[in-house]
Amino acid sequence: MSLGSALDPKTAPTFPMAARTSLGDMLLRKNVRHATEVIQAKRGRVVAEMPDWEALREAGRALRAHTLAHLDVYLEQFERNCTAAGGVVHWARDAEEARRIVVDLVKATGTREAIKIKSMTTEEIQLNPALEAAGVHAYETDLAELILQLGEEQPSHIVVPALHKNRQQVREIFRREMQLPELGETPQDLADAARRFLRDKFLRVRTGVSGANFLIAETGGVVVVESEGNGRMCLTLPETLITVAGIDKVVPRYRDLEVLLQLLPRSATGERMNPYNSIWTGVHAGDGPQSFHVVLLDNARTEVLADEAARETLHCIRCGACQNACPVYRQTGGHAYGSVYAGPIGAILTPQLERMDHAQSLPYASSLCGACYEVCPVKINIPEVLIHLRNKVVRRETAGMGVLTHPEAWAMELAGAIFRSERRFRAAQRLGRMAGRPLESKDGNGERWVGWLPGMLGGWTRVRDLKAMPKESFREWFARRDTNGKAAGDGRQG
Amino acid sequence: MELGEGGHLRVALFITCYNDTLFPETGKAVVRVLERLGHTVEFPAGQTCCGQMHYNTGYQALAAPLLPRFVEQFRESEAVVVPSSSCVAMMRDHYPGMARASGDAKLLAEAEALLPRVWEFSEFLTRRLGLADVGAYYPHRVTYHASCHGLRMLGLGDGPMRLLRAVRGIELVELAGLEQCCGFGGTFAVKNAEVSSAMLAEKVTAVLNTKAEVCTACDNSCLMHVEGALHRQRTGVRTLHLAEILASEEADALDRRQGSNVLVDVLGNVLGKEGA
Repeated sequence: MSLGSALDPKTAPTFPMAARTSLGDMLLRKNVRHATEVIQAKRGRVVAEMPDWEALREAGRALRAHTLAHLDVYLEQFERNCTAAGGVVHWARDAEEARRIVVDLVKATGTREAIKIKSMTTEEIQLNPALEAAGVHAYETDLAELILQLGEEQPSHIVVPALHKNRQQVREIFRREMQLPELGETPQDLADAARRFLRDKFLRVRTGVSGANFLIAETGGVVVVESEGNGRMCLTLPETLITVAGIDKVVPRYRDLEVLLQLLPRSATGERMNPYNSIWTGVHAGDGPQSFHVVLLDNARTEVLADEAARETLHCIRCGACQNACPVYRQTGGHAYGSVYAGPIGAILTPQLERMDHAQSLPYASSLCGACYEVCPVKINIPEVLIHLRNKVVRRETAGMGVLTHPEAWAMELAGAIFRSERRFRAAQRLGRMAGRPLESKDGNGERWVGWLPGMLGGWTRVRDLKAMPKESFREWFARRDTNGKAAGDGRQG
Repeated sequence: MELGEGGHLRVALFITCYNDTLFPETGKAVVRVLERLGHTVEFPAGQTCCGQMHYNTGYQALAAPLLPRFVEQFRESEAVVVPSSSCVAMMRDHYPGMARASGDAKLLAEAEALLPRVWEFSEFLTRRLGLADVGAYYPHRVTYHASCHGLRMLGLGDGPMRLLRAVRGIELVELAGLEQCCGFGGTFAVKNAEVSSAMLAEKVTAVLNTKAEVCTACDNSCLMHVEGALHRQRTGVRTLHLAEILASEEADALDRRQGSNVLVDVLGNVLGKEGA
């Protein structure tokens, strides 16, 4: 996979194809396994110490569901309060409009540089290339985003975007890009290098760009939580601050953070509280940015909202717990998902943000094991939404005459007809036994096994055998037993 | 053996389509265990499939007719026992919604009345009958794989382990990464065969690390997947549905021992003759 180009669901290969590349990268897999295990263990410890965790999750779910049910009200309330506090609110229908607004705002400051706080929303709209094209250089200040920017890579995780890199790889990038040939590889060395690299940007650059964890309707305030303090620098030092936030980020009241700021850090990084919790509300003379803008981004979120069965996708508070828990993500890492939103949440969010035109393979990138639902702090039933989206894919692909050219749909129609009739089911069992015979061979134990299957089923036999069909089905045995009387063939095994 | 709570029951077996076709021994074992406990087992012959494959792959319309079929076959049953955790999860999680979507009020009422009487095999023993010891004897080293649907959707908890601990002669070893999916996931194993294989490799490694002879579970679909790799690699480790372990008795072990004694006798004769 070319890592330099942006993750774009419109051009990304299908998940099975991209996953194949990732599976071949042993270092990537080792890094992802290690990092997700460490975060999962930390999360497990701080969640276990909460006696009311399940009640908190339910409160989080109810809070998000309520907000989304009244999204129009809370967004307008946020706009009023933010404006009254001295902020300027912009509405962006899609990524292109959001990019244009931000680029124009930055250009209007007369500066050619911007410092950025880690923001998945600005990754979603691919803001940095747009700024670059307009002659504005954006410096990522989050350590992980800085690593990716200098290494010309793409984020692979919502919370820990450079999770696929280990510190030896980070050191190589820093040595090369910061011209530090003597750089050590301890976390301290790397953090020091980043700090020195960023410090003059913080002091020099006069425009900041951020995302938001939450927007508070009641006060017009904007919330960012982080671990490093670089975000706090970006929020306080520049003259102009531009915040890009999805319309789903709004919460009704300040006190609602009581629930969300307990759920988020424990789920995201396994911390009881984030080291830095910043809330800024409008503009204050002589203190912090004197020009403050919020760009509210729709980008298909209203369409997600309109789909009742998938609406809960917007509950997401971007903690990444589902990614750490997912056994598929564990094997492939994030890039295989072809979107800045990887893992289980990406598998439901990306196809919806892309209006199902792209990323149709993502709803199938799951074994439906349910580990994501189990850890989700706002109880998004990701497996249910995946199944709902699979149905949308199927309906789309088999619409009209589509079914005729779709081998899987054929097979499913056939299986459906078989299951609708006991007579056909019995016949299919007998036919299957006969059809399978040429593929069977005996192993050392004299058992019959299938080691090769044709077509779509070949994926199974590449690494697995399949036991041959037994000579008698259960129903045949049961009927025989009833006829012969139970004594003749009791429930004993062969 | 004791009947368990509630006395004698007429138990209807929903074998499920893939157990019926591919794993008849599991069905026989369920019959044997339930009859040993003193219950009567019935098999409504019109049963076919719960609809899980269609539903989970996105073909909800093709799954829909299987709900009224299930209700029609089992509506009179005192208890329905299903030796497949994922099929029970399918019915509990989706049948009420499917019935509502059908707009058929009678179907919805019947489905809602029937579902509380539908039990996964191990939970029928532990929760409905309140049993742990069902009189099994199985002198082998065994590890238990908690299938995701049993673990998370049915919340089987330590029920299957309690049943296994009560088996005489068994040497039970815990599987590391119990909560980790084996990578089957129905059509996932074919649609994303390579990722599924990578997940399977981790599970097989964990099974081999236990040095167990047998890996068991409440779901033959996971076991078919794990067994497929165990056999391909000629590890000598088998998989066996929980019901088949619980069905085993001392006489079975003796049969097997006699079998090997015959072999020893034959070998002894051959070697003896050569020696002479």
